[in-house]
Amino acid sequence: MLNALTLVTGVAALLLAAWCGWAAYRDQPTKDWHFIGMAVVSLLAVVQLVVGIVQLARGEKPEQGTTIFVAYLLGAFACVPAAGFMSLAERTKWGSVTVAAGGVVLAVLEVRLFDIWGG
Amino acid sequence: MTAVEEKPIRLISGPGMLLVWFYGVMVVGAVSRSAYQISTEFGRAPLAYALSAVAGVVYGFITYTLIRGGETARRAALVCCAAELAGVLIVGTWTLVDRSAFPDATVWSYYGAGYIFIPVLLPLSAMYWLRRAQRTAVKQ
Repeated sequence: MLNALTLVTGVAALLLAAWCGWAAYRDQPTKDWHFIGMAVVSLLAVVQLVVGIVQLARGEKPEQGTTIFVAYLLGAFACVPAAGFMSLAERTKWGSVTVAAGGVVLAVLEVRLFDIWGG
Repeated sequence: MTAVEEKPIRLISGPGMLLVWFYGVMVVGAVSRSAYQISTEFGRAPLAYALSAVAGVVYGFITYTLIRGGETARRAALVCCAAELAGVLIVGTWTLVDRSAFPDATVWSYYGAGYIFIPVLLPLSAMYWLRRAQRTAVKQ
């Protein structure tokens, strides 16, 4: 369950990165549709956070330690919203680049989460 | 405050915003990593964990100066970026030459290879951006 969610969130994050990268390439700021995309990715991260905590509460142990696991879950949760707010403050293509970078960072976090949870 | 009220140089417009994002990510990465490692297993690799903590503090300061803006902050950020670059190069070389000094990795090990080389690319792009910010400010 959690691993499937990690995969989906990671792929969604990469798609978001590609989409905002495309907007930046065309010299455009982030628009409403991009923010809906960010909301979808953020929602996936929230679901992942909740599922992760429920798994911990059930007594399952992440391979590399509970503290690191929770820290990465929180980081993944905060990643895209933070980049989204920064793109609100920067209404040029650089705002789009920032969100694209946010998507890439989230994808990296998901890979790490997969390792930490232990496949 | 009496004479010409100058508008401080804005350092987070355009590419500056992207820099703030990456520095923010590195702050969270370095600080949380070192806080966890120092509190749980400091004895295993004290030098490595202490260096990660120092890196986190430097990243935090640069992030703050970028957001604050202005000429003083720009100069402070420039100095810190140079210190950061020196740190990455020294620690990166050190980890290659004497592996035994670092039983565990730091943020700056192997020139930041564990962080997709962001630690070595970031100060270079930041210094380029900060120098350009000054030139545009002079032109205005």
